[in-house]
Amino acid sequence: MSIEVQHISKHFGTFAALKDVSLNVATGELVALLGPSGSGKTTLLRIISGLEAPDQGSGQILLHDEDVTSRHVGTRRVGFVFQHYALFRHMTVFKNIAFGLQVRPRKLRPARHQIREKVHELLKLVQLDWLADRYPAQLSGGQRQRIALARALAIEPKVLLLDEPFGALDAKTRQELRRWLRRLHSELHVTSVLVTHDQEEALEVADRVVITNAGRIEQIGTPEEVFHHPANEFVMNFVGHVNVFHGRVEGDRAFLGPLEVEYSGQRHATTKPARGLIRPYDIDIETQANGKPGFKATVRHINAAGPQVKIDLTTDSGEPVHVELPHERFQALGLVVGKTVFVNPREINVFVDDERR
Amino acid sequence: MQIRGFWNHRCAIARKTAATTEPFAVRFLLIGIAMVFIGLFLLAPLAAVLVQAFGDGVGVYWRSLRDSDTLAAIRLTLLTAAIAVPLNLVFGIAASWAIAKFEFLGKSLLITLIDLPFAVSPVISGMIYVLLFGLHGYLGPWLSAHNIEIIFAVPGIVLATVFVTFPFVARELIPLMQAQGTEEEEAALSLGAGGWQTFLRVTLPNIKWGVLYGVILCNARAMGEFGAVSVISGHIRGLTNTMPLHVEILYNEYNFVGAFAVASLLTVVALITLVLKSFAEWKFKQELRVS
Amino acid sequence: MKICFKQRSILPGFGLALGFTLVYLSLIALIPLLGLFLRTAELTWGQFWATVTDMRVLAAYRLSLGASLIAATINLLFGATVAWVLVRYRFPGRRLVDALIDLPFALPTAVAGISLTAIYAETGWIGRYLEPLNIKVAFAPLGVVVALTFIGLPFVVRTLQPVLEDLDPEVEEAAASLGARRGQTVRRVILPELWPVLMTGFALAFARALGEYGSIVFISGNMPMRTEIVPLLIVMKLEQFDYAGATAIAVVMLSMSFILLLAINLLQWWSGQRHCVMQP
Repeated sequence: MSIEVQHISKHFGTFAALKDVSLNVATGELVALLGPSGSGKTTLLRIISGLEAPDQGSGQILLHDEDVTSRHVGTRRVGFVFQHYALFRHMTVFKNIAFGLQVRPRKLRPARHQIREKVHELLKLVQLDWLADRYPAQLSGGQRQRIALARALAIEPKVLLLDEPFGALDAKTRQELRRWLRRLHSELHVTSVLVTHDQEEALEVADRVVITNAGRIEQIGTPEEVFHHPANEFVMNFVGHVNVFHGRVEGDRAFLGPLEVEYSGQRHATTKPARGLIRPYDIDIETQANGKPGFKATVRHINAAGPQVKIDLTTDSGEPVHVELPHERFQALGLVVGKTVFVNPREINVFVDDERR
Repeated sequence: MQIRGFWNHRCAIARKTAATTEPFAVRFLLIGIAMVFIGLFLLAPLAAVLVQAFGDGVGVYWRSLRDSDTLAAIRLTLLTAAIAVPLNLVFGIAASWAIAKFEFLGKSLLITLIDLPFAVSPVISGMIYVLLFGLHGYLGPWLSAHNIEIIFAVPGIVLATVFVTFPFVARELIPLMQAQGTEEEEAALSLGAGGWQTFLRVTLPNIKWGVLYGVILCNARAMGEFGAVSVISGHIRGLTNTMPLHVEILYNEYNFVGAFAVASLLTVVALITLVLKSFAEWKFKQELRVS
Repeated sequence: MKICFKQRSILPGFGLALGFTLVYLSLIALIPLLGLFLRTAELTWGQFWATVTDMRVLAAYRLSLGASLIAATINLLFGATVAWVLVRYRFPGRRLVDALIDLPFALPTAVAGISLTAIYAETGWIGRYLEPLNIKVAFAPLGVVVALTFIGLPFVVRTLQPVLEDLDPEVEEAAASLGARRGQTVRRVILPELWPVLMTGFALAFARALGEYGSIVFISGNMPMRTEIVPLLIVMKLEQFDYAGATAIAVVMLSMSFILLLAINLLQWWSGQRHCVMQP
């Protein structure tokens, strides 16, 4: 194991940022911490790095089987990439990258030409070797973040920690850097943890995704697992888009808004409030009633720009429903705004009010 | 139709500019008022010093500057500034490091306390040391028994100057360092730099223009302080007279040319201060613009 | 969760920096100031009252307060004009004037004192034109006002300038697009925005004027009951080794200064709340 987080808690004043969190990251893995802002993901990353200390006596941080809980950030050999780059603004790109080597004690410091070689090697790695003499202010956001990454890699870190590395960039640059990071990681195989609130980013880049919420970990799994088999309502709601129908569960039946479906989950003695969550692409539309569970709705808006056609409908009681259809299916149906149709969910996840919370 | 279109166009332009500025006549009037005010209160005194100093010719001017008491006053002023400014520089950096980079109880009280000398009359600033170290002060008898002179001597002048000028560097650096945050220091530490390395290689280069700015203002006040030093110096010619005090003595002796000659030196220091200050501001703004 | 003195941080040097700051501050400022207040304890209430309500002292309070108030008001009106002109208009010499604004901070007060006296004396550049009109500036209360105006000039300008620079022009455009005339925009949109800052500048100028000594001793003539200011009386009492008397007057002055300091802090907090800008 590269990183072991064991029973870590952290309070800021009276606010509990982390509540007894444990997490293991295998060597060479790229793990994404995904959650809404304030869920504790950045705090966890900063505690792993040593920039923040966990609550006294709350648990341990192990890096490569070594307890580093009380070790200073400078001696942990972690590469930390900051959201706003934190490049030294008065140093050139070259000096920024060389910094971590130049501040080493004289005995451990590489020779000048070794440092120069190393820096250029890293600049080549991040494909910016023509920028060595520029100052950070003269770079674009994407370039700055790549330099920040090169700087973190210069100390040959045991683990690489990235705090919302693409958060301050525009959508297109984010896309490019995401792919680039994925490629870089498969080249270097350095154990990495990436914090993000962008689910697309987490699902695309990471080997495993850790979903955090309110200081706890909700689910750990591969991108596929958290997307297709969410452990709970929060995860399903947070990862991907959903339609939510409020209702109740009675015995083996669930009544969710305009829907009545079979309920196969854990039985409850009494009627329980519940919600049905349906992905927009797990819904089919028919022009005629066909006997399957479903309901009537009216088409309000159609957006055909994109890989799927996005259709907004409202039920008779006025609840909005979002559906995504393949273009061929949409063409076949001949939908127009104002038309009344029948909506058939293919898959519903029913969540009965959670006792845990 | 063509003419109306043109007219509409003109109107649109006129309305757009009127939205964020005043008519030409109003602008002209306001600039005029401001310039007369500046001329009357800033330029006139500045010019008067130089005109009076050279009123009896350059020869008299030089002779009055080469007077031994004048030279002693210049030496004392330079000595005072040379002690007070470095002390307050260290204080300013220490205070702003603690205040800007950490969260702790009583921080805003500390910031208020640092502003204290700005609220206290210079006369009172000097007086508190007289009460403490003077012959009738708390420590006076003990000091005179041990032959230590503070009041009516150089140490007292330095002390009063240090008191009056200690906020300058701190006040410049606190907001600057607060705005810069702690990310760069954290990055340096995570790369293995030690505390002093982080401070010297990352923090200090980032605040250098602020430091220069604070030092310049601190120095100007240290060389020019009158009230606090006047109370504590005892006005012993050639011994405890700083340049501003020497100006007073010469003036009260009706040696106007002498007084204005010394005053002209202080005025040159003030002008250099303004130039350096503008330079520091300009450099700082430039760095802000590119980042 | 126990309340702790300091939030944990990985940055080093907190103990050293704060320790040095507190020791320095205590030795240089706090302990000597405390000594001043201890001195007052040596006076009986009657003595204290007699000293601070002496006719000559009362006259000095009147002059100090009155002249400071007038000077601060002049600076409020003209300082605001200067700041507006410097930020909003472009004209030749603008940068020079901008740099010159800080002259009263940089020029020793004694120099300002003798220079202003030379200008406003009966034979001076300006004094000679005021003489036939029977207006006496130097060696008269008006001279005190002139000197204090010079001393306080930068405060309003320098507090107002950054706020004016940050003022969003879109707000004015919005007002104009809603049909406000320029005068209405200035009066109803811009001025209310600037009000707390203007008051802060005014209070700073006033506080500085109240304690000023160096420039005034030259221009006022120091005539008892007429042109004596409070700091001058303190100096005179000290020169006569009347420490108790000096302390009594000083404590009254200090109290006024602290109240002003408190007011300034409140004003800055208020404008900070409204603008969410960093202290200049």
